[in-house]
Amino acid sequence: MELPVKRYRITRADLVRYAGASGDFNPIHWNERVATGVGLPGVIAHGMFTMALVGRAVTEWAGAPDAVVDLSVRFTRPVVVPDDEDGTEIEVSAKVREVLPGGLTWLDLTATCAGVKVLAQAKAGIRPAPGSAVTEV
Amino acid sequence: MALDHSYVGRKYPPTAPYQVGREKIREFATAIGATDPAYHDPGAARALGHPDVVAPPTFPVVLSMAAGEQLFVDPALGIDYSRVVHGDQRFVYLRPVVAGDELVSVITIDEISSRGGHDFLTSRTEISTTGGELVVTVWTKIVVRGEG
Repeated sequence: MELPVKRYRITRADLVRYAGASGDFNPIHWNERVATGVGLPGVIAHGMFTMALVGRAVTEWAGAPDAVVDLSVRFTRPVVVPDDEDGTEIEVSAKVREVLPGGLTWLDLTATCAGVKVLAQAKAGIRPAPGSAVTEV
Repeated sequence: MALDHSYVGRKYPPTAPYQVGREKIREFATAIGATDPAYHDPGAARALGHPDVVAPPTFPVVLSMAAGEQLFVDPALGIDYSRVVHGDQRFVYLRPVVAGDELVSVITIDEISSRGGHDFLTSRTEISTTGGELVVTVWTKIVVRGEG
């Protein structure tokens, strides 16, 4: 019961936009000097930006912007975003674990960047729309 | 220095009400590339039964992060912010956040533990309308890395 994989590109410009929208201006998400100064390999994406993209994937699969009733993740590895036009890409995949009577559906989620898992124990409880990717599988 | 475990159960005062704006939701949705019309168009949101545009699932972090500031500035708790790493994050919804909501956050320390020289702190932020309707609960686990 695998859902179609979603891929999202992340550039430095996306991190700046997310910083402004979320109010998280921690310089490790936009300033190479500060990021490397605290021992990171480079500027990294906000964990919450990665989680937001996972939430986006889940609502797209569910076919409804208001489908999510429970969303949880553990951040395990940083998503390093190079200072170039291409940035990096994260891949979000999901399996339907359980469909409860009444329609509440549990997804087990995976997010990777360059083949490395960046989240663990990620899952979502959703109420998918009829005819969505989730109800089709 | 290990965090004071007697802080478990401590509840901080409610934040000032946060007015959820339509443009703020659009800005957040645009920043994460979320194009569903219900995030942008009040008519599309109303067609789904909501009074105004709907916020994407992780939007409440804007409020929970602001509520979390209270922990970082509490000198008695003594979190060294420069050593903080985000561990876990969870949102549990009773309904989505929508534009027009006036929301108040109350943050409570659920758990503190120490392991391998690091401290782990889990906070729970209950986000309710000014009328007292609980909308979403947010759990955040942070790791305060030990020195050396």
